Amino acid sequence: MELIAEKVTREFVRPSGKTNRFFAVKETDFALQSGRLTVLMGRSGSGKTTLLNMLSGLLMPSSGRITADGKDLYAMPDKELSRFRCEHFGVIPQGQTAIHSLTVTENILLPFALYGDAPDEARARQLMERLDIADLANARPAELSGGELRRVAIARALVRKPSLIFADEPTGDLDDENTAEVFRFLKECASEGATVLVVTHENDAKGYADIMLKMSAGVLTQE
Amino acid sequence: MKSLAIKNLKGRPVRTAVLMVLAALLSFTALGGTLVVASLGKGLDSLKARLGADVMVVPREATMKKKFEDIVLQGSTGYFYMSSALADEVIQREGVGQVSPQFFLASTGSSCCSIPVQIIGFDPDTDFTVSPWIKRTYGGELGKYDIVAGSDLNAFVGDKLSFYGVECTVAAKLEKTGTTYDTTVFTNKDTITALIQSSLDKGMNDFNDTDPEHSVSCLMINAADGTSPEELVNDINIHCKKVRAFRSGDMISGIAGSLSGVSQMIRLLIAAVWVLGIVILLLAFTMSVNERKKEFAVLRVMGASRAKLAGLVLKEALCTCLGGSLIGAVVGLLVLLPFNGVIEKTLALPFLLPNAGSITGFAIAAVALSVISGAAAAAVSAWRVSRIDTGLILRGDN
Ligand SMILES: Nc1ncnc2c1ncn2[C@@H]1O[C@H](COP(=O)(O)OP(=O)(O)OP(=O)(O)O)[C@@H](O)[C@H]1O
Ligand SMILES: [Mg+2]
Repeated sequence: MELIAEKVTREFVRPSGKTNRFFAVKETDFALQSGRLTVLMGRSGSGKTTLLNMLSGLLMPSSGRITADGKDLYAMPDKELSRFRCEHFGVIPQGQTAIHSLTVTENILLPFALYGDAPDEARARQLMERLDIADLANARPAELSGGELRRVAIARALVRKPSLIFADEPTGDLDDENTAEVFRFLKECASEGATVLVVTHENDAKGYADIMLKMSAGVLTQE
Repeated sequence: MKSLAIKNLKGRPVRTAVLMVLAALLSFTALGGTLVVASLGKGLDSLKARLGADVMVVPREATMKKKFEDIVLQGSTGYFYMSSALADEVIQREGVGQVSPQFFLASTGSSCCSIPVQIIGFDPDTDFTVSPWIKRTYGGELGKYDIVAGSDLNAFVGDKLSFYGVECTVAAKLEKTGTTYDTTVFTNKDTITALIQSSLDKGMNDFNDTDPEHSVSCLMINAADGTSPEELVNDINIHCKKVRAFRSGDMISGIAGSLSGVSQMIRLLIAAVWVLGIVILLLAFTMSVNERKKEFAVLRVMGASRAKLAGLVLKEALCTCLGGSLIGAVVGLLVLLPFNGVIEKTLALPFLLPNAGSITGFAIAAVALSVISGAAAAAVSAWRVSRIDTGLILRGDN
């Protein structure tokens, strides 16, 4: 699925400071293509998460348009956009994001349960094995380490085989071996046809990238 | 989504329990309170129905030490008589409609009698207050030495009880009235005349110069058309000096007063518990949602619509409130139904539970009301959850 951003900006208001209105993302045009793994790097606070949130349908741009397969995301009513996102978007957010009252397996299958769709348990098991968390299938999030939780979030984002994958620092808490595994996996998803956008600080990511983007102070450039 | 709501509730058992207890408290107070208020109202109605006449006339001395009132309202035992001639004088007055005499006797606890109890005799030919009520449990005619026992008496159909050496048979047992009539024994005129005679013969009657054949204790009178009970009472009190007439309404006005006082207090109590309960529920739901803001944001990231998030909050609230309210209603019934006698004694007011159908209705209404209130309290949180800014929340621990 192709994702196109046209003249997208995002402005924030900061209550303190002199210039209290500022652009976290300055006017940007670009496209994410199917089968490509795009890596976005940049300094902390440069606007990477803001951009990723806008692209993944979670944050309304201040101006501009974002279309997925020709559909203007923010022109859709919330219900329709949500269903569309559930089916086609896989988002790995920054930070810890497990649901406390569910087991690891239930967490991973949640994107199916949300709309009462038949759960693809085989896919969940396969992902858990691949991400080395199969032993934790029935554990509760409270019992897991940061890195394990991160891998649960990755499995959950990928369980519905999304055609668009957004990952915001997916390997932040992971050791080198797991980091490499996650990138290999994301690369594989791309080669199977998915559109993948990864925000990361890992220098090794360059080795997997088809396209490298750089964000600095809200300005996006291609390397 | 439904199972997620249930799992969320199970995942936080303490919070869920607290919410359920709150909901239970709401339905418990609503059901318990309204049942008590309704029972008091029914008790009063039942007392009115038992008195059943506009005007009652008793010998003057029966009002001196509130004897008559105490028999009817407090359940004490006693008796007094006036001559038939005096009674006829009253009956002759203009404005007297339906009229029927009653005859009182109290049995003592000593060897002469099986149980100490108030005995009231009525005249089957003219009676219009007691008979209709007896008919509800006993279709036949009461023969001589047949008695009808109030529902709280420890005597059952077929039992033999003796009063002043006269053996009587329990022919029927009355329905519960929630009044002092529940501890009274009723007989027809012939039987009580015989009992009074026997008490006189044994020298156990305080009125030893009474002629039982020509005495009555009390006249039950309905005012004739065109005469108001007030007018009749005034007329009798002015012209018949040896008796005292009063409206039955006045007699129970004291009871009605304290009853409405108690009812009012209960209503206030219900209102206070509800206001407090709903405020706490509001806070509890708000806290429970705030604490899980991030989880809701995560659901949103996965593709849950705003409506779904709100639905999840509402479902959780409905489940807890329904569970809690049902528990509260059941506890309410378990407290009220078996212990209504205790409540009656404590309040010292007529107390008659509504029938099973009404009780069920009250229970359903209490549960429904408390579930609706809980849902309304949760609606505020649901609305707030549906407005969350996912991006902002997920940045929280960057
Ligand atoms: N909701 C918001 N309100 C106000 N300012 C915001 C908001 N979201 C982001 N910003 C600001 O916008 C800028 C870009 O934030 P963003 O989270 O996109 O950075 P980032 O590149 O993802 O940084 P990091 O690598 O640390 O995650 C920051 O200066 C941040 O403070
Ligand atoms: Mg970021």
